[in-house]
Amino acid sequence: MFAYDLRLALDSMKRHPGLAALMVLAIALGIAVCTVTFTMYHAMATNPIPDKSSQLYAVTLDTWSAERPYDDQKPENPPQLLTYRDATYLYQSKAAQRSLVMYKSGALLVPDREGVKPYNSQLRVTTHEFFPMFDVPFRYGQGWDEAADLGPAPVVVIGHETNEKVFGGENSVGRTLRLGKVEYRVVGVLEPWAPSPKFFDLNNGAFEDPEDAYIPFGWGAKLELPVYGNINCWKPDNGEGYQAFLNSECIWLQFWAELPTVADRDKYQAFIDNYARAQKAAGRFPRPLNNRLYDVGAWLDRNEVVQRDNRVLIGIALMFLGVCLVNVVGLLLAKFLNAAPLAGLRRALGASRRDIVRQHMTEVLVIGLAGGLLGLLLAVVGLAGIRAVYASDFNGGAYERLTQVDPVVVLVTLGLSLVAGAIAGLYPSWRIGRTAPAIYLKTQ
Amino acid sequence: MFQMTNVTKAYRTDLLETHALREFSLAVDKGEFVAVTGPSGSGKTTFLNVAGLLESFDSGTYRLDGEDVSKLDDDARSRVRNHKIGFIFQSFNLIPDLNVFDNVDVPLRYRRMPAAERRERINSALDLVGLSSRVKHLPSQLSGGQQQRVAIARALAGDPALLLADEPTGNLDSLMARQVMDLLEQINGMGTTIVMVTHDPELARRAHRNVQVIDGQITDYKPYESHSATVTVLHPAADATYG
Repeated sequence: MFAYDLRLALDSMKRHPGLAALMVLAIALGIAVCTVTFTMYHAMATNPIPDKSSQLYAVTLDTWSAERPYDDQKPENPPQLLTYRDATYLYQSKAAQRSLVMYKSGALLVPDREGVKPYNSQLRVTTHEFFPMFDVPFRYGQGWDEAADLGPAPVVVIGHETNEKVFGGENSVGRTLRLGKVEYRVVGVLEPWAPSPKFFDLNNGAFEDPEDAYIPFGWGAKLELPVYGNINCWKPDNGEGYQAFLNSECIWLQFWAELPTVADRDKYQAFIDNYARAQKAAGRFPRPLNNRLYDVGAWLDRNEVVQRDNRVLIGIALMFLGVCLVNVVGLLLAKFLNAAPLAGLRRALGASRRDIVRQHMTEVLVIGLAGGLLGLLLAVVGLAGIRAVYASDFNGGAYERLTQVDPVVVLVTLGLSLVAGAIAGLYPSWRIGRTAPAIYLKTQ
Repeated sequence: MFQMTNVTKAYRTDLLETHALREFSLAVDKGEFVAVTGPSGSGKTTFLNVAGLLESFDSGTYRLDGEDVSKLDDDARSRVRNHKIGFIFQSFNLIPDLNVFDNVDVPLRYRRMPAAERRERINSALDLVGLSSRVKHLPSQLSGGQQQRVAIARALAGDPALLLADEPTGNLDSLMARQVMDLLEQINGMGTTIVMVTHDPELARRAHRNVQVIDGQITDYKPYESHSATVTVLHPAADATYG
């Protein structure tokens, strides 16, 4: 019966192509707007590391000033970053199953390849746990060990794109790479990897590209590498020079701990609280005790990766779709009631109300699906437009990532179009299903 | 074939109540060909709609093919219409966008019949009405008489026990009307019960008997000489079955 209903639906659309096109366009516009907003929302709200998001914790300590909170808008929040002193202490304590300390930096990358000019590369200066903690996938080689952190050893892990650019995509493990003044030996090459949001470092935007290369944390202090992120201080440095900066109350380091169980987390919370108490006793940490562990989801919320505006935007998009659907309902009612004599005739010939409703719902779903497909096309064009507009933006990479249509969005779009069609068609189909068979037989 | 007893049907608005059928009683035997005549507005079409389960009625009983169909719900009425009743209308009521084959196919589709069986029935019904060479034609490409023959084929394809015809020749010229009547007689000769509403006394005369409806009631019956033996009419005024 479905094939028959489908044929009737297509015939009906062919009979009134203008009206069908108008309805398809109305649904398509609503779907396109929803798809664009949903695509961007989905990219923002996706769990970037679903298998471990509840085991990885951003560690925060309230080391800020007694006079005012770190964030006046949300005084209950401790700062997101740690001082060098606190971060290195926590790291060396080994109180977590795994922990890491890191920051973003940069250096001039000098390729040993003809035709590739030196360029400013983005570096992540990190301890070795970065790779296993964040499940970073390797194409060649591996990360480094603790000894390399302490050395520090001149080793580097490079990203997929860097390997393509500098080594032509070959297995470059064992080759050397000059970053700034140091020649590093490549020990690992990553697969293409770009967690989105970039949960482990939200300082430069949640959707920026991953770094070009990763070097042991010890190089940061040794080379006095610059910080490509935020440095916030509430107290002047006690002295001058890089060492004074390292000893200061300035916060600039990210610290993460892997705590597989609730008991591990509670234990670690107690550990950092005890540490904070000890620091208070030593005259630091003037604010009330407020040390927090955020798992990945809570960390993204804390940093408002998905801003309230985006949720409002989703609501507005759905309302727009609703307006489109109201128009479609009107058009469908006019169309179906105009065809009521034929429905009456079919009823007289033995069609039940259900048959009539199903026949018309099939037509509505075909319109909905056509609207969905056209809407998807319009959305792809719209997203390409957004990419083009923001391509020159400093954060163009983020827009590139946010505006990619993924299979989930395609499925949701098509599902949404069918649901939208069904909602729009329910009342008109029900109305036409109530057609009394006798009314139009004399007048048809 | 069917028996209506004391059926009443009124149409109501806020201001008016119009009695279309009053204590209407009629019995039709299997294989009969009954003509229903009467002036406009007398209730002929309402009777036909009630008989065809296209409309419900207010009181009385209606038995069709041995089954009490007075209280059936909408689904069951649709099923009975689809399986037991064929309709022929004055204005043919073909679906303009469907070709001849697909028009005849409509009631069979709602019977969920396998495609092969549908094809066979459609072809034999179109054979019977002489239109098997026009299966691909749209209704607009046919004459009025041909369109009515398609409607007859559609009514017959489901092999109904009862054929209800509402002014089946009303939109046809006399030659075509005669052809359609010949066809109806042929179908009746094959055993199908036919009840036909008509204004045309000539056509009514060709039925086995003539029932006259005035003001929602059967007022008289006129058995024509050649068919008088088969008359069976229940009249409110009469409490006996005529035979």
